[in-house]
Amino acid sequence: MAVVPGTGSGALGQTAPFGNYTLDHAYDEMFDGVGQPRPQYAHLFERLLTVDPTELRQRQSAADLAFLNQGITFTVYGQKEGTERIFPYDLLPRILTAAEWDVIDRGLTQRITALNFFLKDIYNEGRILAEGIIPRELVYSCRHYRREMRGVPVRRDVYVSVAGTDLVRLPDGRFAVLEDNLRVPSGVSYMLTNRQVIKNIFPTLFSRYDVRPVDQYGQALLATLRSLAPPHRPDPTIVLLTPGVYNSAYFEHTFLARQMGIELVEGRDLFTHDNVVYMRTTGGPQRVDVIYRRVDDDYLDPLAFRADSQLGVPGIFNAFRAGNVAVTNAVGTGLADDKALYAYVPAIIRFYMAEEPVLANIDTWLMQRHDDRAFVLEHLDEVVVKAVGESGGYGMLIGPQSTVAERDEFRRRIEADPRNYIAQPTLALSRAPCFIEDQVQARHVDLRPYILCGDRVTIVPGGLTRVALRKGSLVVNSSQGGGSKDTWVLNA
Amino acid sequence: MLSRVADSLYWMSRYLERAEHTARLVNVNLYLTLDRATIDETRHWGRLLASLRMPPSMPSSDVDLAAHATGQVLDLANRDSIAASIAAARENARQVREQISSEMWQQINRLFLAVRRDAPDPGWTGRTHDFLMSVIEGVHLFQGITNATMTHGEGWHFIELGRYVERAGATAALLEVHYSDPPGPSTAGVGGEYVEWVGLLRSCCAFEAYCRQYTADLRADRIAEFLILSAQFPRSVRYGARHIQSSLQTIAQLTGRGPGRAERLAGRLLASLDYGQVDEIMSGNLLEYLQSIVRQTGQIGAAVHQQYVSYPVDNALSA
Repeated sequence: MAVVPGTGSGALGQTAPFGNYTLDHAYDEMFDGVGQPRPQYAHLFERLLTVDPTELRQRQSAADLAFLNQGITFTVYGQKEGTERIFPYDLLPRILTAAEWDVIDRGLTQRITALNFFLKDIYNEGRILAEGIIPRELVYSCRHYRREMRGVPVRRDVYVSVAGTDLVRLPDGRFAVLEDNLRVPSGVSYMLTNRQVIKNIFPTLFSRYDVRPVDQYGQALLATLRSLAPPHRPDPTIVLLTPGVYNSAYFEHTFLARQMGIELVEGRDLFTHDNVVYMRTTGGPQRVDVIYRRVDDDYLDPLAFRADSQLGVPGIFNAFRAGNVAVTNAVGTGLADDKALYAYVPAIIRFYMAEEPVLANIDTWLMQRHDDRAFVLEHLDEVVVKAVGESGGYGMLIGPQSTVAERDEFRRRIEADPRNYIAQPTLALSRAPCFIEDQVQARHVDLRPYILCGDRVTIVPGGLTRVALRKGSLVVNSSQGGGSKDTWVLNA
Repeated sequence: MLSRVADSLYWMSRYLERAEHTARLVNVNLYLTLDRATIDETRHWGRLLASLRMPPSMPSSDVDLAAHATGQVLDLANRDSIAASIAAARENARQVREQISSEMWQQINRLFLAVRRDAPDPGWTGRTHDFLMSVIEGVHLFQGITNATMTHGEGWHFIELGRYVERAGATAALLEVHYSDPPGPSTAGVGGEYVEWVGLLRSCCAFEAYCRQYTADLRADRIAEFLILSAQFPRSVRYGARHIQSSLQTIAQLTGRGPGRAERLAGRLLASLDYGQVDEIMSGNLLEYLQSIVRQTGQIGAAVHQQYVSYPVDNALSA
């Protein structure tokens, strides 16, 4: 096997495609500290040493074209209305060993279980508040807390049935949770299409690895949704509720509906009568039992929430409350992925499960705590500040890369509304090899596995590895110039 | 099938049929007007716009009439233009992407992008003909792909329905304009008579088919018979009515709904065409007859919408 010359830091040497590959204090997914490829990357490494960059580039454009022709695109908000773009795709797979995956799998299962206990408790007895483990004020001031959910029974006590948790790998190689996405997480269609594409690009390499499949996701999601149907509806009608063609994830909605063989409905296709939800079909009204909704709480029901919503279904919340229809994820789950409440998740796990968290949290300073705020305002140039209510990489300050004006702006915002901000240390996200400008270069990545929770917890082995394609960038969100790559979980 | 989906498929198909019909009409007429000597242009373009149900307001005579008329059908801002029809069809298709085959989606997307890219300037340029032909061929290709790649189930029948409702109405409207002021030596000028009848037949792709049946002897009553009553010619009103009726019947069966108003209207229209005779029609009031056909296709469309899409929920739930 080829040996890469090089030391702990600096260039890997003159080995053809790795000429510009550097190692620093961030964890490198492919190489260990002395520049040797990790065992699970050995085949890929050998392959890259012999591969012709022109050929790789051709395969890259073939992949891009396939995405474009099939309309596998997302919509960028805040720019010209309705700008459709493909999600940039990197050719080289990210490879995880069975042992690494095992920790992730156990950790995420534990976490989703605890968070569902937590949501049930908050919307019913509130033991965790009574015992003073979480300050009441933090819960009641959360924008996604829904008073309307108090005492509402939820089938199997599963509030969150579909989650997409963002993991990052720290310099010591451990995975930590950066963010729980418990409302309407997206991206799973890219996980599935990435796999199809890479099988076309690297068929031999793929077959040399013993990669666990992800294609069963659609079936697993369907089984999860079915298990949440009201008990008296043995053969439930399941639908996917989309905000419509102008939503950034519309492609994903059509994709999942097709994978599961269920109807893709919009709010205007549904109506309620006597607290039962129906869809309007050419054969007459058809009763609906389970709604996998990709519409935010605010827009779900103009009678219960935002009255100006055109996307929702009047009366759907009452039907849900009456137990005549399952709406999942349940209303009000955004409470548990509030960025300030995030800091308490380890405590939540200990409280409900009496276990230590398997996956670490990132240290988080809450701006409403006086001491934390004072510290962070002193160190704005070192930390990452996030707005609690934002997602998708919007409303963020990355200290080391910020200007004085930006820091002053955030200082003003934090002081005006401390509850709305948290800060975390600037993380050295792990880096993985990417094929960029005919060379293999290291870029920062994260990992979003998709967790399903119905009568049991299912995590499809894999996930979406998001890449910050701009050199040195730490932001992986698709709306901020991020891309994705396929994630392989090995059997051994 | 969701009512919204059925409605989108129906309109996708109607808009495509409309785009193709418009493109063919303009293409045929641009060719005819090359024979300037025999054509009265004001009359000619006025009739074209009237048969497309566009406001026939003609500008003062010093304007290039051909440019004005082609401008109307090429202008994206005009709701009835070719580009607007194709954009509307594509928008409907986009709403039901998971219901149509990927091949269908790719073709309609390609057509949409091509129309936006290639739309020529108004007026008769060398490219106008190519553009119109590419629209016609693009729509034909889409219809072929639809037949070859989509399950011939409920959705496919809504597509058929949309196509033939549009076509039967458009053919009847075209005939109405022509027969309201039939070409004769006094109205169309010397030689113009023949040119106008050929124009009418070509506008329906019917010239060759007509000749095969009746020879090239062009007579008003035979042309009417062919375009209204032919059982085999795919653009005749009767042929359309038959397909409307059979698709509606299948849809009623597949949805488990009993026959309703739409089937009754379609059955009545078909029966009147099946048993109609051209000499009766010609000796009666032909224009009224054609207007009534246009009206009936409109009523069928409305009845379908009411029966399958916007039905009142209370009745449906208590039934």
